[in-house]
Amino acid sequence: MSANGSGIGASVKRKEDTRFLTGRGRYTDDINLPGQLYGYILRSPVAHADIGGIDTSAAAAAPGVHAIFTGSDMEGVGGIPTGWLIHSKDGEPMVEPGHPALALGKVRYVGDCVAIVVAETREQAKEAANLIDVDYQELPAVASIEAAEAEGAAQVFDEAPGNVCYDWEVGDRAATDAAFDEATHVVSIDVVNNRLIPNAIEPRAAIANYDPATGDYTLYTTSQNPHLIRLLLGAFVLGLPEHKLRIVAPDVGGGFGSKIPHYAEEAILTWTAGQLGRPVKWTCERIDAFKSDTHGRDHISTARLALDADGKFLGLHVSTKANLGAYLSTFATCVPTYLYGILFAGPYTTPAVYCEVKSFFTNTVPVDALRGAGRPEATYLLERLVEKAAVELGMDRVEIRRKNFIREFPYQTPVALQYDQGDYDATLDLALKASDWAGFEARRAESAARGKCRGIGISTFIEACGIAPSAVVGSLGARAGLYESGSVRVHPTGSVSVFTGTHSHGQGHETTFAQIVSDMLGVDFEAVDVVHGDSAKIPFGMGTYGSRSLAVGGTAIYLAVEKVIEKGKKIAAHLLEASVEDIEFENGSFTVAGTDRSKSLGEVALTAYVPHNYPEGLEPGLEETAFYDPLNFTFPAGTHVAEVEVDPETGEVEVVAVTGADDVGRIINPMIVDGQLHGGLAHGIGQALLEECLYQDDGQLQTGSYLDYTMPRAADLPSFNINHNTTLCTHNPLGVKGVGEVGSIGVPPAVINAVIDALRPLGVNDMAMPATSQKVWQAIQQAQG
Amino acid sequence: MPTVTMTVNGMERSGNVEGRTLLVEFLREHLGLTGTHVGCDTSQCGACVVHVNGTSVKSCTSLAAQADGAEVTTIEGLANGSDLHPMQEAFREHHGLQCGFCTPGMVMSAVDLANQNSDPSEHEVREWLEGNLCRCTGYHNIVKAVQAGAKAMGGGS
Ligand code: FES
Ligand code: FES
Repeated sequence: MSANGSGIGASVKRKEDTRFLTGRGRYTDDINLPGQLYGYILRSPVAHADIGGIDTSAAAAAPGVHAIFTGSDMEGVGGIPTGWLIHSKDGEPMVEPGHPALALGKVRYVGDCVAIVVAETREQAKEAANLIDVDYQELPAVASIEAAEAEGAAQVFDEAPGNVCYDWEVGDRAATDAAFDEATHVVSIDVVNNRLIPNAIEPRAAIANYDPATGDYTLYTTSQNPHLIRLLLGAFVLGLPEHKLRIVAPDVGGGFGSKIPHYAEEAILTWTAGQLGRPVKWTCERIDAFKSDTHGRDHISTARLALDADGKFLGLHVSTKANLGAYLSTFATCVPTYLYGILFAGPYTTPAVYCEVKSFFTNTVPVDALRGAGRPEATYLLERLVEKAAVELGMDRVEIRRKNFIREFPYQTPVALQYDQGDYDATLDLALKASDWAGFEARRAESAARGKCRGIGISTFIEACGIAPSAVVGSLGARAGLYESGSVRVHPTGSVSVFTGTHSHGQGHETTFAQIVSDMLGVDFEAVDVVHGDSAKIPFGMGTYGSRSLAVGGTAIYLAVEKVIEKGKKIAAHLLEASVEDIEFENGSFTVAGTDRSKSLGEVALTAYVPHNYPEGLEPGLEETAFYDPLNFTFPAGTHVAEVEVDPETGEVEVVAVTGADDVGRIINPMIVDGQLHGGLAHGIGQALLEECLYQDDGQLQTGSYLDYTMPRAADLPSFNINHNTTLCTHNPLGVKGVGEVGSIGVPPAVINAVIDALRPLGVNDMAMPATSQKVWQAIQQAQG
Repeated sequence: MPTVTMTVNGMERSGNVEGRTLLVEFLREHLGLTGTHVGCDTSQCGACVVHVNGTSVKSCTSLAAQADGAEVTTIEGLANGSDLHPMQEAFREHHGLQCGFCTPGMVMSAVDLANQNSDPSEHEVREWLEGNLCRCTGYHNIVKAVQAGAKAMGGGS
């Protein structure tokens, strides 16, 4: 690979920016189809009720109304499926209740879809929806894990006694118990991982069309994974064959996991368009997004760490309860299990680890992946616990981590993962240096002189990204493979179109992937375009989440390019009258080894499409597709350091510095990689200090708008100090690992550890997320007695 | 339905709107200027910011009728032909955008700041962007872009 100005390793400016900066992006709500009608989804205002009846007569008579459909109209249609089957400790499959797209007989959360009204205009549809009379016969609701597991709690589903979906475990319980028997010290902690609302700034939207002449359906939707939607919507819900269902996810304004799931609205819209034979458009209002976009996290955990006299970790025992919400969303069941429990070795050599997770149904919005998905929950718990161990044992908190680092690779953890490569000392050292850890006490004193409490916190972590060999995930219950496709089409005059099954909604794939292809083929960066987001254009794909796009999707493209080069060599050999084995390809030229005789890629491409003088038996054309099934997870790792200043008078926490030292594998575009880190850090700091989704006991959402749910704003955050130390992934050809989730995984415990560090002199030893000024102030008051 | 007439990106545009039609609806749905986005319904996110008579306004909270007779500039009207406006250029140069959804509002808001302050400090930029939410960038590069853009504008748009 050659490093040129726009190749691998260069901070190339993004291809996508011109359209976004000039208002020419094309997001779903920007699309209008001739003859379209507008759909409005009527949602349940109550958390749990039997539906006694629905009277739509007044609404149907309202101006502009074309149709109203309720659950009974869609009764013959399949329910919304879930993508991962979890088995409980006893071997029993999880409880998997049905999820009708439109509520049938019962509503189970505030926001549950009850009816769709279709009218000439948006306003008419909404006004008519207000005229629908639903007889809600309210039932007691369970709005939290505690309520769901209480004796005599209301049942979200009759078939899930105690509201339990599954009771899962990973690791060797007996070995872990034995480690505790030998331990000199046992440190325990209780933590809550706060519930979050993803809040991509683009609200969800969809526009569905049906062509009665061909029987073709098209759905434009705000999705991170259009092919996955086609699979779920086509095969499971509507029973449509793939060739009759096209899913387009055009420009998408951020996802963060909340645009992975197949949502009921996508099924309702597509089905409704089929019923009416006209396009139907729906755009979620923000107020509805709060109560219908999947939420994230929501765990209650207790954990114990066994240590020997020197502070070596001997065993870790974790018990977690997770909230799944009212229905099982697409990846809901695997997030608190296979994306969580298997992370508990972290970067440490803990020989025995056991994690059990009980997941509950509640009358709340379904919970699914959110930036990091499972890994932030695990990292937060582990890094809070390790910090607490250092304090209780009187050890230096950096040294306790260093003492337990994994240094031999590959490393088999006791919880299923095999880490291929890493250098945790290097990122730790880098972070300590870059954050001037050694100079902290002077800064603390300077703050104290101003009446402020300063604290510093650290977290050392790994993540598991680029999930994972399909056969492995299949054996763990995944109902899909997790490979990716990439196609490379070299056009007759040498420009290139690249087709990827991943989806870019901010990550800059159009740039990064073009850099890889341009570098490998020696083609001008401007001559390469990346196509994504349309099931009619791309062979197949699993989409973008879990920091998989480069490691899995990029590798598929890499392999497709290699096939193009292989074929090109055959054509060049023929043109140059040499043997294929003697042809070398470099910088866009096929050369006979040891000579100056060569053909450019452009000449070879033209020959491939105008095959007058062509190798016998070789197909014309120069286009190749590769499907890549990853050999393992990738394991980005790093150290994050947060420094905060707390005003003890008000409890206000200011984040004064955040330092990241990250190993994300080979970096294709440093500018984009740093941008991904910034975004993840902001998300993580939001979780640690600001964001919290709250429900009332009756299941009413308390934080249902930007006035009640605190999003991180520019003034809440500092600039970030980003540093890199790279080790290459050993099992993909680019050596890449993934970066999109790093910040939200690594930084929350560093922030909370810093807050506790700041407050410890005041007698505060614990702090829950989000550490709002109110919570901090109360903790100080309590500690001061 | 009353008729409104305004100069949008230098061209006179009219339309029949209801009294309650929002400026953003007029721009997006009547004029097809979909660069101005809607991210919320509580005037919190700033995805909808445009300029009315030269100052930034949340077009989701003003009525089309209120802009009757006004000069309106949207993100589509900022560049000079194929030359990006210095603030657009700065966002591109400093990677001040990822998904691009908040971007039109951010840029329009930033131009207004730069018109008033050609050398805003990091703190001033962060405070100014109080009404603009971004979920992708963590604001780090937006702040840099706004500072650079303001400098490049040299005190005028
Ligand atoms: S759309 Fe959110 S402030 Fe205008
Ligand atoms: S770039 Fe996506 S919200 Fe700002």
